[in-house]
Amino acid sequence: MGYPLSLTGVQLDALREVGNIGAGNAATALSQMLNMRVEMSVPEVQMLPISRVAATVGGADTYVAGIYLQITGSAPGSILFLLPLADARRLVRALLKENLRDDSICFGELGCSALVELGNIMTGSFLNALGMFTSLKYIPTVPSLCLDMVGAILGSVLHSHGVDSDTVFFIKTDFRYQGDCGVGYLFFLPEAEALVEILNSLGVFK
Amino acid sequence: MNNCINVEIAEMKIARAPINLISIGIGSCVGVCLYDPVARLGGLAHILLPDSRQSRNPENKAKFADTAIPALLADMVAAGAIKSRIVAKIAGGAQMFAFAQALDYMRIGERNVEAAIEALRKAGIPLIARDTGSNYGRSIRFSTLTGKVYIKTIAHGEKVI
Repeated sequence: MGYPLSLTGVQLDALREVGNIGAGNAATALSQMLNMRVEMSVPEVQMLPISRVAATVGGADTYVAGIYLQITGSAPGSILFLLPLADARRLVRALLKENLRDDSICFGELGCSALVELGNIMTGSFLNALGMFTSLKYIPTVPSLCLDMVGAILGSVLHSHGVDSDTVFFIKTDFRYQGDCGVGYLFFLPEAEALVEILNSLGVFK
Repeated sequence: MNNCINVEIAEMKIARAPINLISIGIGSCVGVCLYDPVARLGGLAHILLPDSRQSRNPENKAKFADTAIPALLADMVAAGAIKSRIVAKIAGGAQMFAFAQALDYMRIGERNVEAAIEALRKAGIPLIARDTGSNYGRSIRFSTLTGKVYIKTIAHGEKVI
């Protein structure tokens, strides 16, 4: 199934609200985990060619940590939490009070599991809020971590969205903490049939 | 780089020496490089998926291994390459995320590589080098002057095939 060709203003507002509620819950969870104030951007609702998604997070060769899980159930899709390397390092330091070298490209077993847990909590809180708001059941897989180029990560995440369409729909929210430290980007990527289900559940699918 | 053409995900391009072809951040995708060493003409397809028959909208030939390879070959022949001289190299097909449940659609990298090899065999193009599999991303620069493919990774070094 392809994505709806164009979304109305009302539908876009509804989807932005979906992002807002999910990301708000995720920001609260992260704030409790870090014991710091966490801020989030207004969620961006976008439909982009698959090849242009990497540009929204700094380009295909940007080195990032990606925590990815798939959603099954009546509204299938993916959630991807992407952290630029410097931000991931800062967060692992804050969580573990451990000294990571600035040029370190490896987080060790403990650092990696801290990142997975962080992703787990962010994505879990996002989906919980979404489930309540849309009355749909989202069944997540166990999250998995990958440290690599953002292009390589996105290609692997987006292949299932790319089967019937060259474009992908996503809601992206940026998180920051302690004033100006970046945390990362949370992508919610409902597949085409899930987008229809979500719009339906909100009563804005014609 | 001025003398490079960037081939994005689900795209294919051809170039004549001294213009090189690059693809940045290939994960489970596969970069298929076709080369005519006499015409010094190269073609690069950055394929995302193995099989166009599983799509309800298979119009973008560059996206699928089974359609990208014949289409890229036809573009090269139209630009002056001779089919009997063309050779292939492939890179990519990694499994970026390790999941506990290894379902079929999660083996996408491996399936992309298998489909590319099969499409090359069907087209009668010899596969002379490959750097595929494992669990890390690759960026490639395909020199149309020499036919060499330079592979860069973040934590797994560099390689020339």
